Amino acid sequence: MRPITIRRTQPRDIMNIHEYQAKEILREHGIPVPPGEIARTPEEAERVARGYGGMTVVKAQVHAGGRGKAGGVKLAADPAAAREAAANILGMEIKGLTVDRVLVTPAVEIASEAYVGIVLDRASQRPVFMVSAEGGVDIEEVAATNPDAITRFAVDPRYGLLPHQAMGLAFALYSDIDLARQASRIIAALYEAYVEAGATLAEVNPMIVDDAGQVLAIDAKMNIDDNALFRMPRIEAMRDMESEDPAETRARDAGLSYIQLDGSVGCCVNGAGLAMATMDLVKYYGGNPANFLDIGGSSNPDKVVAALEIITADPNVKAILFNIFGGITRCDDVANGIVEATKRIDIQLPIAIRLTGTNEEEAIEILQANGFTAMTDMDEVVKRGVELAAAAEGVA
Amino acid sequence: MSILIDAATRLVVQGITGRDGSFHTRQMMEYGTQVVAGVTPGKGGQTFDGTVPVFDTVARAVDATGANTSVIYVPARFAADAIFEAADAGIGLIVCITEGVPVGDMTRVLPFVAEHGARLLGPNCPGAITPGACKVGILPGQIVTPGNIGVVSRSGTLTYEVVYQLTRAGLGQSTCVGIGGDPLIGTNFVDCLRAFEADDETIAVAMMGEIGGTDEQVAAEFVRDQMKKPVIGFIAGQTAPPGRRMGHAGAIISGSEGTASEKMRAFEACGIAVAERPADFVTLIQERI
Repeated sequence: MRPITIRRTQPRDIMNIHEYQAKEILREHGIPVPPGEIARTPEEAERVARGYGGMTVVKAQVHAGGRGKAGGVKLAADPAAAREAAANILGMEIKGLTVDRVLVTPAVEIASEAYVGIVLDRASQRPVFMVSAEGGVDIEEVAATNPDAITRFAVDPRYGLLPHQAMGLAFALYSDIDLARQASRIIAALYEAYVEAGATLAEVNPMIVDDAGQVLAIDAKMNIDDNALFRMPRIEAMRDMESEDPAETRARDAGLSYIQLDGSVGCCVNGAGLAMATMDLVKYYGGNPANFLDIGGSSNPDKVVAALEIITADPNVKAILFNIFGGITRCDDVANGIVEATKRIDIQLPIAIRLTGTNEEEAIEILQANGFTAMTDMDEVVKRGVELAAAAEGVA
Repeated sequence: MSILIDAATRLVVQGITGRDGSFHTRQMMEYGTQVVAGVTPGKGGQTFDGTVPVFDTVARAVDATGANTSVIYVPARFAADAIFEAADAGIGLIVCITEGVPVGDMTRVLPFVAEHGARLLGPNCPGAITPGACKVGILPGQIVTPGNIGVVSRSGTLTYEVVYQLTRAGLGQSTCVGIGGDPLIGTNFVDCLRAFEADDETIAVAMMGEIGGTDEQVAAEFVRDQMKKPVIGFIAGQTAPPGRRMGHAGAIISGSEGTASEKMRAFEACGIAVAERPADFVTLIQERI
């Protein structure tokens, strides 16, 4: 299982940008990147390829790794082949995401491939460079099979990456001084781009040497810290709404944090830790959570309405489970939201509600006046939610 | 005794006149915390609720009132500088409640705080509470009761849940600390465990972790090697879906995937009793004290 860090009470997360957008940022920092243009139709791809002449590479632009393995990257001998490649790739699904655009770029003769990446490391609390002469493959694979082939270096962010440090990393890749100088300029520029963009990850894989002895960035990937976007509206504008799950986008707009799963118990909780613990408890009592949903702190009734709309739009949901521990969140706000939501949308699903903490008595009164019952114990409400979902599934 | 905060804590509130700052300042004062000063640039000379003097800078607040602890409620884009300012003014404990602080800012803040000999709690944390003595942050005062269980957690509301269950079972707390869920934080599990081990009043510790990172694994080794007091642990996120955050590159450096099962195994291997669900804390603690 891959690691996940769900942001506590943080409606937004990490923003992915596409390869062509990351390359744009790298170009602005003076990193040599071959030209390339985006095409959304096979005809556009052919026109772009004709402009370059010769062989081109057609690459799916989608927020997923392993594009090559999935058949999303194709070499095209001529413009007609580029059109055909684009026709194959456009509309393709890679890890559940539909490809709606391709990058067309001139093919380059590759003499050698290397990996250069910088990532925020929690343990050292610093940005850490990783470079490897074994480029062009997943760095995870290199780490697993040949960890000594990766050179790591933690940057002190107060001084930035010093020139001799960039050279040291470059010499880990090339013994030739000319190649090392070119690589050190790319490494230094990548660090600047990483800091300026508020990134948590910036990778060039592969960084290649072409047949003329030029060091070039052939592929690029950047993840941006959503919390830093206020400084870079230009990068915020790169957000690709089409590639995001519509329900998750809706949730973000409403100030909620939502991740859809495939179970039948729709969960609505305040706080990420409690939300995860609630999902775990659903599993503990034999059910399956339909989602992670954190309504955050200081929730007003509108947020609860939006949460219920999102949960009920998932056809797998058979019962709804509220687990609210009021601190900043006021239980009466949540109760009002539940009542309001049932007036605005037709909810046919059974609901189990638990409210404890700030303004708990008022909340229970509001719910009772509107025909709901509320519990005060977490285990009891989760058991109830699981039973309700199981009963509904039995009927269906 | 207790850890981090007690009746001698003299608190300055950064962002005291803001919406969150003013609300929680009143709550902290009601609980009995000595709020000696507030800071809002441009509002120096005013008083908050007729009792707390407001200053333009933290340095002036410290000079005039001898504040030794600060709590930060300023918006995310100003939070890093608020932490720098508190450390510069000689504050010993800085508690940053603000969420959404860019991690890049934190990479510069953390070494600065360390060089100034200060301790940072957070950011994006609920703060700390020593029942019956002092509350710094947003933990609800009504759910805690004085006692001998130390509580440390990466979560907010999950901490409330566990503390609430402890209190209902008659297990009072020495201090409850929320260290925050951000990737980069000032005070980690080990810092709190070390303090609880040294605290006379604490006889057992409840620790709540989450998926992601390796803080819990490091804490487990600390418990095995350096603690005599019993520790009971819980990891939230056993059913969390495969991640889209940070990718694998972050996992390579730590040499860990950060999953719940990996962390629970580390707990068990190091002699930490694992609570399968929050309610299990009560019996596991009762069996060990």
